[in-house]
Amino acid sequence: MRASRWTVAGYIGPAVLVMAAACLYPVLTAFQLAGFRWDMGTPWSSAVWVGWDNFRAAAGNPQVWQSLWVTLLFAAVCVTAEMLLGIALALALEHPVRGMAVFRTIFILPMMIAPIAVGLAWRYMFDAQFGLINALLGLAGIEPLTWLADPTLAFVAIVVADIWQWTPFVFIMMLAALAGVDGSVLEAARIDGARWWQQILLVKLPMVMHVIAITLMMRLIDAFRVLEVIYVLTFGGPGNSTEILALHIYKTAFIGQQLGVAAAVSVLLLVVVAALSWGALRLSDPLKDSA
Amino acid sequence: MKRPLPLVLLHYAMLVLLALLCLAPIAVIFATSLRQQVQIFGEPLNFLFVPTLENYRAVLQEDKLELYLGNSLFVGIVATLITLVVGCMAAYGLARLRFPGRKTIAYTTLLLRTVPLAVLAIPVFAIWNQWGLINSLWGLVLLYVAVNLPFTIWLLYGFVLQVPAELEEAAAIDGCGPLRVFVLVFLPLMAPGLAAAAIFTFRIAWNEFILALVLTDRHTRTLPVAASLFITDMGVDWGKVMAMGSLIAIPPLIFTFVAARQIIGGLTAGAVKG
Repeated sequence: MRASRWTVAGYIGPAVLVMAAACLYPVLTAFQLAGFRWDMGTPWSSAVWVGWDNFRAAAGNPQVWQSLWVTLLFAAVCVTAEMLLGIALALALEHPVRGMAVFRTIFILPMMIAPIAVGLAWRYMFDAQFGLINALLGLAGIEPLTWLADPTLAFVAIVVADIWQWTPFVFIMMLAALAGVDGSVLEAARIDGARWWQQILLVKLPMVMHVIAITLMMRLIDAFRVLEVIYVLTFGGPGNSTEILALHIYKTAFIGQQLGVAAAVSVLLLVVVAALSWGALRLSDPLKDSA
Repeated sequence: MKRPLPLVLLHYAMLVLLALLCLAPIAVIFATSLRQQVQIFGEPLNFLFVPTLENYRAVLQEDKLELYLGNSLFVGIVATLITLVVGCMAAYGLARLRFPGRKTIAYTTLLLRTVPLAVLAIPVFAIWNQWGLINSLWGLVLLYVAVNLPFTIWLLYGFVLQVPAELEEAAAIDGCGPLRVFVLVFLPLMAPGLAAAAIFTFRIAWNEFILALVLTDRHTRTLPVAASLFITDMGVDWGKVMAMGSLIAIPPLIFTFVAARQIIGGLTAGAVKG
């Protein structure tokens, strides 16, 4: 049944209007800004059209390449670790036990707490002098490490914080997926003499592969979007060792005051995330299930 | 099949260990906020300290905490309410009505869900300046509604599909007007979805930091922005910043303990059937 134009406008008009004005329009404006030289604090009317200059400036800036590298490495390490840990834990702990609801509640806390609070907690714990982590390492006889002052260790720190925050997400997704696996299939495999690792590799994992793929895409997309935890934990330092692209964009725009150049870099980030999102849509199309 | 006792104990031991790992950093926030200044810079393994509310008193008296708390509450609550109403209507329209352009709108909405907020910060800063929305709470509300709508619409879309259209048709035949059908028949069935959507939206609006940092001034800043100001080049004022961090953490903690099931349902919606 075709709905009347006014009914449609009444139901979805407000949402479309808000998203167009405050989300889609800004995204398109980012592309436009990337073509202008515009410094913070000057009126928009004084901005000068410079064509591809901002993109050239960004491409010629080794810090942008460094940020891209840090971002890719961060996403690869975090997502790999979170997926492996989350899947392994779900396989080990999928058997229903009493009180699981309480544990599940605790496991989602890291994702619900404000990223800025998460960043603060880890910054305090990673402190070289009075941090909990060095104190615990000290109990094991390990000399205190200057976590946030060393490029490699600072990178480890942001990875640890992200793994802490998001492994539970993978774990919860996998628990839900494994709970949906048909018991009779496993029973059949068992009767056919499948060993426990064969049941996992040849029966369970293939049956939840779709959820694994979607979870992986969601984690990848989010790994490229993170900013706030790292903003608080290291602010990109020391040097640029933990400066992911999102943070580089923020610093270029609001500290370096070069809005046009920052917009050019954000176009790069936008393209990466859009490509991943398109991939995620191909995996799981919510429209297809219904219409 | 009954499992042997040692295996069950091992299972619980692992769960407890994981729970402790999840809780430790959160406990650090609260514990540090209750420590005296001298204890903050030493004895990280001393958990038996006498708690003090000194840091909370300090942020209340010296740092206009109630102003920022008010701003955060206003932005969080208003943005959540608007998102729910507008999002629910849109989800209903997309699921129930057939019209040209439906797919375009649906897919654009899905793609907008993943736009990095750092990318939005620059153009929104420029546009809000032009529109006179900069440094205003309503500017922040509008933005939070816009970034939360895509997720809300898709979450609720799934719930709308589960409500059989026949139910609404039957009520209509029995003489219910469209508005009464929507309010009396449809909305009650949507309650779990609306609860999940409300929590996710409030969480973003309450926790969000980077856009609020760029779009507010000292009268309109929210709690996360106020907290970030205690981090300076000279060092971090740990007592105060953890007191604010605790206050920021409390509402999401409460929501999680009250509605964990709905939250997990929202997290897994779409990817996991059932």
